[in-house]
Amino acid sequence: MSDGEARARVGNVGNGFAYEEPLLFERSRPGRVGCSLPRLDVPEVDAHATLPEGALRDDLPDLPELSEVEVVRHFTRISTWNASVDLGLYPLGSCTMKYNPKLNEKVARLPGFACAHPLQPVELLQGFLHLAYELERHLAEISGMDRVSLQPAAGAQGELAGIMMIRAYFEHRGQRRSRILVPDSAHGTNPSSAALNGYEVVAVPSGEDGILHPDAIEALMTPDVAALMLTNPNTLGLFESNIARITEIVHARGGLVYGDGANLNALLGIARPGDLGTDVMHFNLHKTFSTPHGGGGPGAGPIGVKNTLAPYLPVPVVCRRDGAGYDLDYDFPRSIGRLHANFGNVAMAVRAYAYLRSLGPDGLRRCAEMAVLNANYLLARLRPAYHVPYDRPVMHECVLSDQRLESTGVTTIDVAKRLIDYGYHPPTIYFPLIVHGALMIEPTESESIEGLDRFVEALLAIEREARENPDLVRSAPHHTRRSRLDETRAARRPVLRWQPEDG
Amino acid sequence: MADYEIPDDLRYSEEDEWARLEDDCVVFGITDYAQQQLGDIVFVELPQVGDRFAKGDAFGVVESVKAVSDVYAPISGEVVSVNEDLADRPELVNADCYGSGWLCIIRPGDEAELESLLDAKAYRIYVEERSEPDQ
Repeated sequence: MSDGEARARVGNVGNGFAYEEPLLFERSRPGRVGCSLPRLDVPEVDAHATLPEGALRDDLPDLPELSEVEVVRHFTRISTWNASVDLGLYPLGSCTMKYNPKLNEKVARLPGFACAHPLQPVELLQGFLHLAYELERHLAEISGMDRVSLQPAAGAQGELAGIMMIRAYFEHRGQRRSRILVPDSAHGTNPSSAALNGYEVVAVPSGEDGILHPDAIEALMTPDVAALMLTNPNTLGLFESNIARITEIVHARGGLVYGDGANLNALLGIARPGDLGTDVMHFNLHKTFSTPHGGGGPGAGPIGVKNTLAPYLPVPVVCRRDGAGYDLDYDFPRSIGRLHANFGNVAMAVRAYAYLRSLGPDGLRRCAEMAVLNANYLLARLRPAYHVPYDRPVMHECVLSDQRLESTGVTTIDVAKRLIDYGYHPPTIYFPLIVHGALMIEPTESESIEGLDRFVEALLAIEREARENPDLVRSAPHHTRRSRLDETRAARRPVLRWQPEDG
Repeated sequence: MADYEIPDDLRYSEEDEWARLEDDCVVFGITDYAQQQLGDIVFVELPQVGDRFAKGDAFGVVESVKAVSDVYAPISGEVVSVNEDLADRPELVNADCYGSGWLCIIRPGDEAELESLLDAKAYRIYVEERSEPDQ
């Protein structure tokens, strides 16, 4: 018997401690339990006598039956299948996958925050309300906005809130404006937020140099345009150096400027969107302010506004009463309403506050400087091997493409998959849409120069492999539990849940 | 440059759709260039019969493993039929974009608009221009 056969016969072993792991449903055995309930010490009640017919069921749902240790091992094993920023560089462009300091976790677990009930009277929530009040003001100071609401649950909801406020602003003024300008390099959430608010989306072409030009805005900025949505730096990692002139044009025609804050990490302590003409913007606490991202979430997407839009903020608004501590103010008759139960994702606010207070203004500025330096270092080292579609000094991220690999048949998706073999989560690919075969890399400030060099060596090695042994790259990954997945079939014929074989 | 099929008897838009006059209606879909650029198509969203569109309006969505793209009406008119097979078999757009992968049939508001579209020769030049390396 070969080594592989012998191990296969044992059943659940993958490769040493790299376990294969079936679904809980497949491990289920009838009657196995994970806990023992105490004896009933109250009178038994007949459910049929007390519940309406529609609330009763005849059979049990097919839930898996397992012991406690089986469940613990299941989740522990599949947790080892994750890529995470604690495991390695996670260069997902426009996502700012920076390290999440463990200090944040410690602070978020303080019982006063972690064990608070959202329906406690405000007198018993003074600690959190104080933190929320201060965090709002810190975010306003960093961004140059006047007021902030922590309520939106994520960047996309922050955008939705921002565009709802823009709509409310024009409705209050009795102005009918039906269009929103969105650059062709924008995140997909921008046109979505505009469309969800009933606006027609008008795409603004980027210039040859990858940034927006005043004449393009001038030509499209008709009286029926409510707003321009702008990401700065943009998704090519380029600073929109015409932004002052562009926001001036929008304002002169009565429009507003929405700022997509996804890329704020490049600007911390250096430039403030509010000073550059932004009227309303969202922050991604899970990007710029180091709260967990992805599976470790939830996220948080606070929204900042200039005073002109403050009457439309979501309620309740945290306020300070003279001599009476903090309170919740619902007296905003023009508010767009409530976007989230209670106060938003509170534990994210606590983590972001811990991050801000531990770094301070100088530390934040240093984050931006190091993030920009790291991205430019990657660009400089990768330029000899990969095509750079917009070759200019970048901010926090750089965009490469697969164009120079065309003769090898290796494309962006193959490079991304091969990076997994080298132990890296792939960068963002095929975005922004204006770059054919884009690889969008954001290292963040978290990485050391040695860490960046190892990542560069992996990408340089893949470029050589593409020329010498393209099939190796085209069939990657090879060192994972599953090799190349059939993404097309997964998208066309998704299997979204387990079904019992006889059912 | 990769090889793209561009039939001589069709008209083309700059948004990479093809159009063909059949009786008094126009059938259209996306071109071979468009489907190759998009890669494997996994979902197609089409308008309802009876919807009206102006030339250049977004009237549907084609989603591939790489990207989600709007499809624009190459000429104005009213939708008289949509390719319902694509709901279950979006891959037809990859396999046969000029045949069974058609998207919509519209009754044109102004047949002259068809004349404003590119012919096969002009469209081939347009595709080749975009396939040139940037530098």
